[in-house]
Amino acid sequence: MSAVIHESDLNSEAHHHGPPTGFKRWLYSTNHKDIGTMYLIFALVMLFLGGAMAMLIRAELYMPGLQIVNPDLYNNLVTDHALIMVFGLVMPAAAGMANWMIPMMIGAPDMALPRMNNMSFWLLPAAAILLVSSLLVQFIPGTGTPVNTGWTLYPPLSVQVGLGMDLLIFSVHLLGISSIMASINIVTTILNMRAPGMTMMKMPLFVWAWFFTGLLLIIIMPVLAGGVTMLLFDRHFGTSFFDAAGGGDPVLFQHLFWFFGHPEVYVLLLPSIGVLGMVIPTFSRKPLFGYKPLVYFMGFLFALGLIVWAHHQYTIGMSLGATTYFMIGTILISIPVGLMIFNFIFTMWRGSMTFETPMLFAIAIILMFSFAGVTGVMLAVVPADLQYHDTYFVVAHFHYALIPGAVFGLYAGVFYWLPKWTGHMYDEKLGKIFFWWTTLSFNLTFFPQHFSGLAGMPRRIIDYNIQYIEFNQISSIGAFLFGLSHLLFLYIIIKTVKGGEKAPAKPWDGAQIGTPGLEWTLPSPPPFHSFTTPPEVK
Amino acid sequence: MSEQQQQGVTKKNTRTVRWMLLLVVGMFGFGFAMVPLYNLLCSVTGLNGSTTGRISESSFTKSDVDYSRTITVTFDSTINADLPWEFRPLIKKVTVHPGEFRTVKYYVKNKSDKTIKAQAIPGITPWQATSHFHKAECFCFTQQTLKPGEEKEMPLRFVVTKDLPQGYNTITLSYTFMDTDRSKLKTVSHVPSTHKTL
Repeated sequence: MSAVIHESDLNSEAHHHGPPTGFKRWLYSTNHKDIGTMYLIFALVMLFLGGAMAMLIRAELYMPGLQIVNPDLYNNLVTDHALIMVFGLVMPAAAGMANWMIPMMIGAPDMALPRMNNMSFWLLPAAAILLVSSLLVQFIPGTGTPVNTGWTLYPPLSVQVGLGMDLLIFSVHLLGISSIMASINIVTTILNMRAPGMTMMKMPLFVWAWFFTGLLLIIIMPVLAGGVTMLLFDRHFGTSFFDAAGGGDPVLFQHLFWFFGHPEVYVLLLPSIGVLGMVIPTFSRKPLFGYKPLVYFMGFLFALGLIVWAHHQYTIGMSLGATTYFMIGTILISIPVGLMIFNFIFTMWRGSMTFETPMLFAIAIILMFSFAGVTGVMLAVVPADLQYHDTYFVVAHFHYALIPGAVFGLYAGVFYWLPKWTGHMYDEKLGKIFFWWTTLSFNLTFFPQHFSGLAGMPRRIIDYNIQYIEFNQISSIGAFLFGLSHLLFLYIIIKTVKGGEKAPAKPWDGAQIGTPGLEWTLPSPPPFHSFTTPPEVK
Repeated sequence: MSEQQQQGVTKKNTRTVRWMLLLVVGMFGFGFAMVPLYNLLCSVTGLNGSTTGRISESSFTKSDVDYSRTITVTFDSTINADLPWEFRPLIKKVTVHPGEFRTVKYYVKNKSDKTIKAQAIPGITPWQATSHFHKAECFCFTQQTLKPGEEKEMPLRFVVTKDLPQGYNTITLSYTFMDTDRSKLKTVSHVPSTHKTL
């Protein structure tokens, strides 16, 4: 299909065309594997950028009082750390894995819309540049206050801050367009590009997870785009969507934001659940327990996730009926999530388990994500939430949900598929060191924040009462160790890309057990064009 | 893949993408549809505490007054951001019977050397009382323009209807004056200069 055809000696399979050479290979790429690689590299860069901001935040919080940054810049860092980790790290990394794996799993030659795939990736660097400029523009005099709103961008503050906000709004627009296009592409691929015989109910769990993720993104992203567009209009064109003086209501923005924001949690979580559905059967050497129920639970989660958003807004003064509805809906979510976790545990039950790095991450996710689930139920309960609202308890809760729930799931995926992507085995010993280092330091960072939060330490404030010093110092030391562990992660990846033990087509014994797709029938690394003739699935 | 199969898939893809794009456009529209829907919801339920517009006093009769109940209405005032106005109720608290009209006054003064136009935003606590609190005359119905140093007393004529549910005996009416010129807000620095470290 490629217009530019070069014979490449990189490719051992003579009847396949090699990739075009030079920068054009990447800039004009329509190949799902190359675009997947670019997504993953972009996510890795963003991981270090967002991580650097987190390090700066934790360094500032090592002591009460002001040491390194001023309060506005601090809050700007909090804002950008969140946006970069959500839109820059987790979503692109998950999209990169979808690009790499979904066509290979379902036996498609490529994504359904290869050119749109190229565009949805190349919007991301542009969005990242805008996002970083929104942080840097405050150092030019006359551009107003930094974006000190937090990632929720609540008006009226977000209407008042300076030029950085406009850049941020455009960045969110680009990020939204990019992920809508990527989602349309993925959903279309899943619906139409499956090999003959690959029915929906034969698809690997990862593909199902991305099917729901894609649909969620298509539903929620336009609402966020609409919300920030109204913000832009309020800022510059004299409208009063959120301005009480003109008859608007700032609370409306909160509803629009969280209509997007809450399902977004499942957008971040579901791809990792999909990875768990691949990793756990492989290393337990047992088929996935309850494949069909797992698919239904994901569907249930998808539906429930869309209708419980206002549990982020208990303190705005909703009626008793509304808060009760949102409380019960939120607690209901623990049912499908809990059932998923039990399915994974039953998959491991009496399996012949081995503990390679992806499996270690999978087990850690089940433990730590359940912990986030428990604090989540606490936060869902209205009378308790009024106490926890906007404290470090919430910070601890969502970091336990998103780091194990989303980021560790991606790490499990990276270690699981790295041999397939690169053709080399990663260094298992280093992988295990990375696992223990990152898991322990993660807990050291965020576990104490439950206590400082319950004791009343508010979030998004640069200074704190001296009674919280010990908790914050433990947190900061943990955070520095956590940050440092990622240098090892980078080293392992570079080492694996450059060389190492040759990986067979099926690098894991148990890889073909359970509900895998066709990815293991291809050599490692797979040829540049795979499944140009559709395989038959029996 | 044969040419024919390829065409079939392309056709199917086009159809799927069309449905997806329709969903995207629909959800973008849904976001904007939330604006009137939300306002409708609030005016029906009184959720956000914003009171209803002007009512006509002549539609009330003596039989609408419930002398057996007494309601305490307290008055509150706030200045938003850095609006250089002084603003306070002349009486902090009145007691009324449901159905009885009462007039109170607020005092306002422009302390700056510029003419400023501002809008008062009402809020009622508890919000359940919102739909039972009505105004025949209010300075919040229009924007108020004050010349430099100008001061005035502004009337507010209100009634609490007798269908106010039992158990609500104190109602707080709060007004916030907001500058209508939002461009001024962006020049406000939120950080004291002593806090600049970087």
